[in-house]
Amino acid sequence: MNIEHYIVLSVALFCIGIVGVLTRRNAIIIFMCIELMLNAANLLLVAFSKMHYAAAAGQPATAGIDGQLFVFFIMVVAAAEVSVGLAIIVMMYRNVHSVDVNFLNRLKH
Amino acid sequence: MKNIIDLAWLVPLFPLIGFLVNGLFRRQLTKPLTAIVGSGTVLASFVVSVLIFFAVKNGQTGTVTLFPFIQISDLSVPFAFQIDQLSSLFLLIITGVGFLIHVYSAAYMNSEEPPHYARYFSYLNLFVFSMLLLVMGANFVILFIGWEGVGLCSYLLIGYWFRNTEYNNAAKKAFIMNRIGDVAFLLAIFWMIHKLGTVTFATPDQTGVFDLVASKLTATDITGITLLLFIGATGKSAQIPLYTWLPDAMAGPTPVSALIHAATMVTAGIYMIARSNILYTLAPVTQGIIAIIGLATAILAATIALKQNDIKKVLAYSTVSQLGYMFLGLGVGAFTGAVFHVMTHAFFKALLFLGAGSVIHAMHHEQDIRRMGGLKRYLPVTHLTFLLACIAIAGIPPFSGFFSKDEILAAAYAKNPVYYWLGAATALLTAFYMFRLYATTFLGSFRGTEEQRHHLHESPALMTIPLIVLAILSVAGGWVGIPEVLMPDAHALEKFLAPIFAASSARTTPHAIPHSTEYLLMSITVVGAAIAIFVATARYRRKPELHEATGFGKILANKWYVDELYNFIIVRPLNWLSRFLANFIERDVIDWLVNGMGKAVQYTSRQVRLLQSGQVGSYVLLMVLSILILVAVQFFVKK
Amino acid sequence: MSISQVLFYFLSALALGSALMVVISRNPVHSVLWLIVTFFAISGHYIMLNAQFLGIVNMIVYAGAIMVLFLFVIMLMNLNAETEPQKNKWMKFAGVVSGGCLLMVLIAALKEAEVKGKATELVTGEIGLIDNLGKALFTDFVVPFEISSVLFLSAMVGTVVIGKREAKEA
Repeated sequence: MNIEHYIVLSVALFCIGIVGVLTRRNAIIIFMCIELMLNAANLLLVAFSKMHYAAAAGQPATAGIDGQLFVFFIMVVAAAEVSVGLAIIVMMYRNVHSVDVNFLNRLKH
Repeated sequence: MKNIIDLAWLVPLFPLIGFLVNGLFRRQLTKPLTAIVGSGTVLASFVVSVLIFFAVKNGQTGTVTLFPFIQISDLSVPFAFQIDQLSSLFLLIITGVGFLIHVYSAAYMNSEEPPHYARYFSYLNLFVFSMLLLVMGANFVILFIGWEGVGLCSYLLIGYWFRNTEYNNAAKKAFIMNRIGDVAFLLAIFWMIHKLGTVTFATPDQTGVFDLVASKLTATDITGITLLLFIGATGKSAQIPLYTWLPDAMAGPTPVSALIHAATMVTAGIYMIARSNILYTLAPVTQGIIAIIGLATAILAATIALKQNDIKKVLAYSTVSQLGYMFLGLGVGAFTGAVFHVMTHAFFKALLFLGAGSVIHAMHHEQDIRRMGGLKRYLPVTHLTFLLACIAIAGIPPFSGFFSKDEILAAAYAKNPVYYWLGAATALLTAFYMFRLYATTFLGSFRGTEEQRHHLHESPALMTIPLIVLAILSVAGGWVGIPEVLMPDAHALEKFLAPIFAASSARTTPHAIPHSTEYLLMSITVVGAAIAIFVATARYRRKPELHEATGFGKILANKWYVDELYNFIIVRPLNWLSRFLANFIERDVIDWLVNGMGKAVQYTSRQVRLLQSGQVGSYVLLMVLSILILVAVQFFVKK
Repeated sequence: MSISQVLFYFLSALALGSALMVVISRNPVHSVLWLIVTFFAISGHYIMLNAQFLGIVNMIVYAGAIMVLFLFVIMLMNLNAETEPQKNKWMKFAGVVSGGCLLMVLIAALKEAEVKGKATELVTGEIGLIDNLGKALFTDFVVPFEISSVLFLSAMVGTVVIGKREAKEA
């Protein structure tokens, strides 16, 4: 498969994620869409790593491995971020009793 | 002996010193000292002027350059004096009559406090200084400096009793009307500089204005320049349309009226035109306009004088009328005649004013002639000198007024008989209203209060001696200008001034009128004047006009409502304009604009603040849009 | 069409479709479930690219742990379709439009890219295998690896600190 196909797929997933962030008011759903965007990026990274591997014609044997290692670290960070983020959302819910982002406008002040 | 002409700068220097001394030390000087300083400086100038006059009579003329005044690339305006026949004659008149008036003032203004007494004399000296600059200037710029200076002093002296608002308004009126004329004068100077590159009158190497005018200026140029200069003269010399300031200027002390508004300042316009005679000879259109305006002013002022009841106002309108005569003379090419009339008018008008001052002084500042009468027996010297002046102004021979007026009228007849007939009619009116004034004031029985009658006494010697001197001059002053017709080759003045008007005389073909016609013209005016005198004297000695004027007389008494007309067409629109500008433009437009800028900034900041909504969602939207734009720019714009 | 191509298109369609459903669903629980389906599809892509390790880790970490965490929180707050707040129409419209524009722009930028026409190797390839990854991780990338463990520690501590109930002030 040519790389363009993966690029188009990733970009499409990414944009769907953006539409979700912009459209939804529930903080948790927004968070999930962020995860979707991260995954789109992951997919593209893996695809590029294989592209470089193919372009290097197998020599050296680990050409393009950076992409997959990058994805690995992204997952690490995503996991940490989700846990902290959800903790914050739970705290907000305890105070405001809602997860509507429109209520969370303290940045205005 | 050193050439006296080189010391010509002494003449204006003395009054300048007098101005500074009396002005700066006015609190320290006593009244007698002030008067001596003030009058002495003018006397010193008179002595030098006499010496200069004799030198010029012997044929010596010249230019005295003091220092380079303006020097810009090609334009060179030196601070220089021109001593020739015309300027030396005027020097004599100004310093001579000026000295007499200074002496008179020393007694007349005696009731003033010392600082104000000194202020008066310093202003008067400053005036003499400016007037001397005017007549001695060797180019139009120096003339203009003097021109402005006398306008300023006129303002200062009219408003001398500054605590009275009406007097201040009169002073302002005089100054502003002068200034209107000055604008035209300045335009003429600019035109001259633009076209000729010089403002000097005439130079030995033929590069002055008068030398170049025939060759370098077109007819339009000459007509334009002369018209603008004449408009300046109408302001300074009170002709239509800028004459209304002169009657109001009577608010000043009487000696001021005598010096400034009779003998000297108002003659500045005539001097200027006489000096530029070549320009006017080359512009017959302008000359025609001058003649018509002069004549119209003469008639208008004479009619108004018929119904005035303030002694000074009658004399003021008489001055305006006589100035009209002088302009008529200039307009028909009788330059010598006009200058002659300036001289004789200075004598008898100054005398009339000083005499009026004497009367006012005796009547304790009463100026209404309806409350005078029969002053003949209380003020004998004043009466006699006043009478002599009235006869002179009426044009009865062998008094001075006859010769000068007749010369102008003869030249007018030669140009256009209509001018003569109207001029003659004005002469009759002049005789009539002057003797109305004389009879009402001095003849008949006294109509004032007992209180005033008690205080009637002749004026002190310091006031009566100038009166006597001026009376002698009024009688004999005309004998320097006896016309051809009466005595051949006796017109000394014409011979004296010939070099000044030589260029003009060379260009005009003299309309010689036959001697018989001239005798006829003379007799008509003399007889007419005599009749007018008798009628007026007879009528007004018995039955002075005590009631208010009615009908046509009312129009005359109200000065043909000219002031009201000016108020309507000029003053009120100007007031409306300034109100409009102040209220509408200033407040609604400019302030609106400036405040609007402030409000616009406030509005914008309020709107921009809304961006900080605190809504995370809108922030994200903005981020997405920004990324969109950045990507688009990166990939599609920057190739 | 080879089998890998067919598989590619199928997995792509599945991923896009379920992603759309994530965004569109009104019930948050449904959104979570659709997201899990999306993760399955993406893991399928990984396996096709022979990134075996990542495919498995994706399943375990994302679908297994993170999504479960999400479900916990949603159940905790007892959210369902009725209490779901809705953004106003204009915002939604603006969001969709801007997302679409971004999609268009990015794809159009692709036209100029240098990587056009390069093939990715499917199914085969050594680099996705766990021993190669492990070797690279523990030799070239050992420092980030250690630091990521510190990151986890701090995340855990942070979460606990944030989640603690404040002692009520008198």
